Amino acid sequence: MTTNALRRNGSKGQAGDKIFSGAALGAGILILATLLAVAIFLFIQALPTFTADPTLVSGGEGFLAYIFPIVIGTVIAAAIALLIATPVGIAVALFISHYAPRRLAAGLGYVIDLLAAIPSVIYGAWGYLVLAPALVPSFQWLAENLGFIPVFAGPASQTGKTILTAGIVLAVMVLPIITSLSREIFLQTPKLHEEAALALGATRWEMITMSVLPFARPGIISAVMLGLGRALGETMAVALVLSTGGLIPSLIKSGNQTIAAEIALNFPEAFGLRLAELIAAGLVLFVITLVVNLIARAIIARHKEFSGAN
Amino acid sequence: MSKRIDVKDLNVYYSKFLAVEDVNIEIEAKSVTAFIGPSGCGKSTFLRTLNRMHEVIPGGRVEGEVLLDGDNLYESGVDPVTVRSQIGMVFQRPNPFPTMSIKDNVLAGVKLNGKKISRSDADSLVEKSLRGANLWNEVKDRLDKPGSGLSGGQQQRLCIARTIAVKPQVILMDEPCSALDPISTLAIEDLINELKSEFTVVIVTHNMQQAARVSDKTAFFNIAGTGKPGKLIEYAETATIFSNPAVKATEDYVSGRFG
Repeated sequence: MTTNALRRNGSKGQAGDKIFSGAALGAGILILATLLAVAIFLFIQALPTFTADPTLVSGGEGFLAYIFPIVIGTVIAAAIALLIATPVGIAVALFISHYAPRRLAAGLGYVIDLLAAIPSVIYGAWGYLVLAPALVPSFQWLAENLGFIPVFAGPASQTGKTILTAGIVLAVMVLPIITSLSREIFLQTPKLHEEAALALGATRWEMITMSVLPFARPGIISAVMLGLGRALGETMAVALVLSTGGLIPSLIKSGNQTIAAEIALNFPEAFGLRLAELIAAGLVLFVITLVVNLIARAIIARHKEFSGAN
Repeated sequence: MSKRIDVKDLNVYYSKFLAVEDVNIEIEAKSVTAFIGPSGCGKSTFLRTLNRMHEVIPGGRVEGEVLLDGDNLYESGVDPVTVRSQIGMVFQRPNPFPTMSIKDNVLAGVKLNGKKISRSDADSLVEKSLRGANLWNEVKDRLDKPGSGLSGGQQQRLCIARTIAVKPQVILMDEPCSALDPISTLAIEDLINELKSEFTVVIVTHNMQQAARVSDKTAFFNIAGTGKPGKLIEYAETATIFSNPAVKATEDYVSGRFG
């Protein structure tokens, strides 16, 4: 009988290998299974809404007419949040990673991380008690001077509890996510590429645009998407800050509503068809988040050739 | 279009640590000067002081003067950005910008500081620089492809093309061939010989044969022990350094008897 010395002989190392690959595979499957289970749950529970008589759905004109305004409200609030938080977050991250003296950078990074640890109900209370009243004069100014633009149409809210205020509160909440992720990625920029730019006679800002930002681009997109996930799903802060109403273009009047806040405010008293409606709203939010993430993936993948990974 | 460098009483520090001590050297325009010496002797550190790149490392500073045709690089009011646009640098590992095409890599330095360049000027500059780096024939059909897709030797020549596109006075090379195979190394060495007609070239190398092949003058750096500063031991014509050095340490090093 011939024996091949190169054949496997069940040693301990191989067992470890198998256990680890099994555990990794299991974890991967678990995530997919959870996602699928959530989707199935939402779909089954929401089903009565889609088959119900349109006149029985809230608003009396069917589910689409009900969900459309709050989808738009959700998107508006999240868009305001990202429009503010993305540039500020990237700027703060760049300051920490490439401009601030080391000691200040460490302290500042720590403080930014702490912002993420504040519970959202606190942000909501702050928005309600402090930010909203403080914004009233600005809203009035906007209504008087830029009122011809539909988004700033007056008369401005007297309480400041508008979708713009909610968006600003959300911006503060997603800021630490975008900042700390971007900062980590900026710090990982290869020294080699930074020095390449500097040696050509680049200023610090040019070095950042030539080597740091291109390198960090996929990471920034991921960070913004994570921030968007939080902004879309944030419930408490919006529920406290926003004085809800129907869909209106003006950002400085009371009105508009987001899906997450709509669900949270109505869920405790909902039963039967109303409950199914709210779950259907949740399903829509789930789909929006999924689509947004897929788009982000596609953007990152499109630039793979130039990513520096090859 | 090339200038000489004179270094007077230069000490290089990292915070309080004295890395290189008391260097005096004159580097002629349109010549190739090689820095040789054992690892950690401060030759790369010293090279980086010649275009103020050592300041990129926190705590890096110098005492003394580095004169580019008489102008002190370290006078107050001198912007390191200006210095580096006059004194280019090629690094140990090829570092083309991964997100840029080959063409954009060549133009990267030219477009800095808000300078504009017309499309036709850009095209001819790209061709001229890539020809100057002996890379044109290999990449002319894929100028829009990423520079990171080239081989190591091609990437290094792309980095040289990028450096000469800025039309510097001096080109510093920090062990430019240490990550390359012998054939690519030969290509770079040929290139250095051609660059000499237009630029002042200073090259740090671990490879003594390379120093002997490419340089006109050679500087030998050494270090007395770990934690001690590096020093310039001997600086002379390359032929003299390798055949008839004045200092015993130089002779030991170039003949392989050291340590």
